[in-house]
Amino acid sequence: MANIATIERLGDAALLLRFGDRIDAAVNRRVHAWAAMLSSQAPDWLIELTPAYASLALHVDVAHSFESDPLDAAIAWISARLSQPLPDTIEDAVRTLAIPVLYGGDEGPDLAALSAHAGITIEDAVARHTSVDYSVAMLGFAPGFPYLLGLDATLAMPRMSTPRTRVPAGSVGIGGTQTGIYPQAGPGGWRLIGRTPLRLFDVARDPPSLLRAGDRVRFVAIDAARFDALNEHEQ
Amino acid sequence: MSIEIIAAGMLTTVQDAGRIGSRAYGAGTGGAADRHSFEIANLLVGNAADAAALEITLTGPTIRLQRAATIALCGATIDAQADGVALPGWRSIALPAGCVLTCGSCRNGARTYLAIDGGIDVPRLLGSRSTDLRGNFGGHEGRALRAGDVLPLAPSRAAISTEAPHFPSWWIDAGPDLDFAESIVVHVLPGSDSTMPADALHAQDFAIDAASNRQGLRLRGHALQVADVRERISEPVVPGTVQLPPDGHPIVLLADAQTVGGYPRIGHVVSADLPRLAQRRTGQHLRFVPVDHREAHRINAEQHARVARIALAIASRR
Repeated sequence: MANIATIERLGDAALLLRFGDRIDAAVNRRVHAWAAMLSSQAPDWLIELTPAYASLALHVDVAHSFESDPLDAAIAWISARLSQPLPDTIEDAVRTLAIPVLYGGDEGPDLAALSAHAGITIEDAVARHTSVDYSVAMLGFAPGFPYLLGLDATLAMPRMSTPRTRVPAGSVGIGGTQTGIYPQAGPGGWRLIGRTPLRLFDVARDPPSLLRAGDRVRFVAIDAARFDALNEHEQ
Repeated sequence: MSIEIIAAGMLTTVQDAGRIGSRAYGAGTGGAADRHSFEIANLLVGNAADAAALEITLTGPTIRLQRAATIALCGATIDAQADGVALPGWRSIALPAGCVLTCGSCRNGARTYLAIDGGIDVPRLLGSRSTDLRGNFGGHEGRALRAGDVLPLAPSRAAISTEAPHFPSWWIDAGPDLDFAESIVVHVLPGSDSTMPADALHAQDFAIDAASNRQGLRLRGHALQVADVRERISEPVVPGTVQLPPDGHPIVLLADAQTVGGYPRIGHVVSADLPRLAQRRTGQHLRFVPVDHREAHRINAEQHARVARIALAIASRR
């Protein structure tokens, strides 16, 4: 597979490898192949990785090298590596998880507006959201927050121009062409269409996140009674 | 041995130098927002620079110390007294067992660090004692402190015996690494995205909006426009990243920055300037000055050298 990527400085303590600018499953697999390769080779300047849809941040140790800019050495290492073929990806067994969701009403305050924006009924919007096997492209934005690939293009809607300061834990949202779930209450700019009773992130669990990159997810519509029965959120 | 929180202050949290290795779960670095003041406070009490301390925001706590302790208050100037004795910042202060330390308001900046010798001994979660407020874990029960909380304190390494609060005549000068002036300059590296016009980020003073917090400073000024208006996919961001949401008002990310974001990235603040950003109060101003990566490296290297000299100076006096 061709190693086509740009290298960019992300401030003064990280690099960004960009493999594309679109949501694309094949590009996302390349991101994770690179992350796996870097984790296994563990160059001494690398302290952490942040994989995203089509890019990968390499966080560089800047605390121990002041004679020269540590990003220069990291760029040289990556540039050399880009000229070599990428090792084959290792395909682990794929897990598929069902995520129950109470759609609309107070749990999905933007569902009506999103359906209108798409020119479809609310029922059709829910059907389109629940009839796809999504893949988890990355976790990010908040602990355990999954970015899912596979959203029906009809449901796409831009983020809010000013984010809400508080979104309830478990909220299921759409931002642009992406869909995901907010694991905790906090700020958020996505359009909220429903809410899951499950806890996506629990630091007492090992691993703490319910989902990981590479998992498949299917949303299942539930009613309020089922939501209450399954509710793992602290209230 | 513990410390008892009698009154909590506006937003007091346990923080250390932050969490490494959990970004793939979506848990960002976090930690002390003004890393410079935090480190010097720890050095003044004989702790490792990254020991867990309390981050005080705008108004501080009232705390009872069960054992005699060495403390330091670094960052914004804060009204503080113990057993009737006024306590200065940026000094190593010995306090007796049972002493009640009362902190009032931060005067000239937003945050002050209270370091106590031994360090706050809450459990490490995902490798750090920092409080992740978005994930509701870490620090003390994943939240800001409340009256009635009791926090474990690691033992002293040195015996401290004092009848009354006392402190030496020397202190550490915050130096050029902090700036509490009404309007400050902040150095910024280029981001992936450009504004229209290209120098718009550098061409005005911005005011700090009240909606600012540990995640980022929201800035107010004339609305900016990005040169390329297409919707972007989420990419990694870091503390210091300057985002431009569609409303045209930049957000400068701080310690509790999320790991990825989809807004255009129009710059990245140089790491050495993050402490002065973390000290900005609502209504104060800042102006961005562009630098290239060579200049940024020079600025960072000089700050590192200053902290190393401060560490030597403290070690020679203790």
